[in-house]
Amino acid sequence: MSFLRVENLCVDLKGSGDRLLRGVSLNVGAGEVMGLVGESGAGKSMIGKAILGILPRSAGVVDGVIELDGENLLALPPKVRRQRIGAKAALIPQDPLTALNPSRRIAPQITDRLVDILGWDRARANDRAREILAEVHIADPDRVLRSYPHELSGGMRQRILIASAFAAEPKLIVADEPTTALDVTVQKQILRLIRDMQARHGTALLFVTHDLGVVAKICQKMTVLYGGLVVEQTDVHGFFRAPAHPYSRALLAATPRHDDPAASLNPVPDDIIQAVRAEVAAADRNWRNG
Amino acid sequence: MADIYDVQGLRLSLADMARKPLFGAAPRHEILKGLTFRIARGEIVGIVGGSGSGKSTLGRALLRLLEPSEGRVLFEGTDITHLPESALRPYRRRIQMIFQDPMSSLNPRHRVGQIIAAPLMLHGVEGPREAALRALDEVGLPRGFAARYPHELSGGQRQRVGIARAIALRPDFILADEIVSGLDVSSQAQVLAILKDRVRDLGLTLAFISHDLSVIRRLCDRVIVLYQGQIVEDGPCDRVFADPQADYTRELLAAIPDPDPDSDWF
Repeated sequence: MSFLRVENLCVDLKGSGDRLLRGVSLNVGAGEVMGLVGESGAGKSMIGKAILGILPRSAGVVDGVIELDGENLLALPPKVRRQRIGAKAALIPQDPLTALNPSRRIAPQITDRLVDILGWDRARANDRAREILAEVHIADPDRVLRSYPHELSGGMRQRILIASAFAAEPKLIVADEPTTALDVTVQKQILRLIRDMQARHGTALLFVTHDLGVVAKICQKMTVLYGGLVVEQTDVHGFFRAPAHPYSRALLAATPRHDDPAASLNPVPDDIIQAVRAEVAAADRNWRNG
Repeated sequence: MADIYDVQGLRLSLADMARKPLFGAAPRHEILKGLTFRIARGEIVGIVGGSGSGKSTLGRALLRLLEPSEGRVLFEGTDITHLPESALRPYRRRIQMIFQDPMSSLNPRHRVGQIIAAPLMLHGVEGPREAALRALDEVGLPRGFAARYPHELSGGQRQRVGIARAIALRPDFILADEIVSGLDVSSQAQVLAILKDRVRDLGLTLAFISHDLSVIRRLCDRVIVLYQGQIVEDGPCDRVFADPQADYTRELLAAIPDPDPDSDWF
């Protein structure tokens, strides 16, 4: 059974009524890793935000089901919904500098959630913070817990955010481009860490990225999006052997690869963009006609 | 003169303000530790390295946005290492830069047309308006974009404006510092294709700074690998990728996530 089940999720920009997500459906089983890929503006981050209930004020869910552990989140009263999400899901954000409060030490930034949402006492939360930092290979957890974010390197801050996401043993983690701001050698360490933590804790992971290379290394299933519409949904091995949709094929040909420069960084042809835009427009017409 | 740049024993140190005592001078932190290399006219050179390897500092030293502390930088045989700003003026038009973040390098209050025409007017190029429109053609943006503001453009389009601004002056040398690292793969591919085509048609020399070796592989003839302020490898791309000599180059290559799920990457 799927731990996360999203069905026909539609998100609109409030006021203008512009559609951001166009009937997205996906299932992520316990311990499974699903990649969400697409260009900027494809709606991949929006899906994660809708699931975690952190959509920007300007956007709202207008239709669909988001089922977490068999319970439709959208049918719950807001307070209960926040409590459920806080207990069962967590986020690894993209930018470790903006995600951490620069004027507070690391310790409360990890433990606040455990105390405020899950009702742990402070001592237990502190013990847990120390334990989880050790688990992400931070050699000196006590010093790091007392530090301010600016005293730590980018890779270290990203480790802290990963630790923080796993601290409450969530069953689902949304990782929103967690390695985009890092250079390749640090990216590899962080990906390995996320993969190891995910496997050890049996967490379902929704991995948002624009880099198909990263998807190939860390995901089992993947969803390709364009303009808020699901273009292709498949298992990773099948996708990289033979992407079914022309747009997916073009995206793969645009991905950099060092072993085969001719098959790499080829711009997506205009006719393919036009065809996939036509699919988006057709989806909107169908939706308007009921 | 076949070489456009001849760099000899380049060292550069900056004041480490994080360790500055309350009184007295801040200790110097050496960023570039004696670099020697040449860049031939018409070459596309990639400069690669991790965060803090000194690749952006090297670029800034080539453009003399920073003054080296030791060594020499020759531009077409002229020593520009310690030239004062007034003496550098004639060279400024000939060496241009494209920046990493177009949101901070394009003035948000100016229209695209103004942004591209401003350096043309500064250098007294005739017909700046027409030259700016032609530069838009050259990067594949409609001329109507001249009336738009940077925030109305996508990330890839903004970087194309950055390219247009640099090539409009018909420079000899362009430095591109991490210009695609903020873009998604499809815009990345498009921006790189345009850059490569224009550099080739106009016969420019390009230094392309990146942390991504697979991008350099596709674009460059030659690659210089920097590690902690030193050159650990310098050679033609084909050779460096087929047979990397330095451990650090091998580590960088092994860290690239290729789109291939079957390899035992971790």
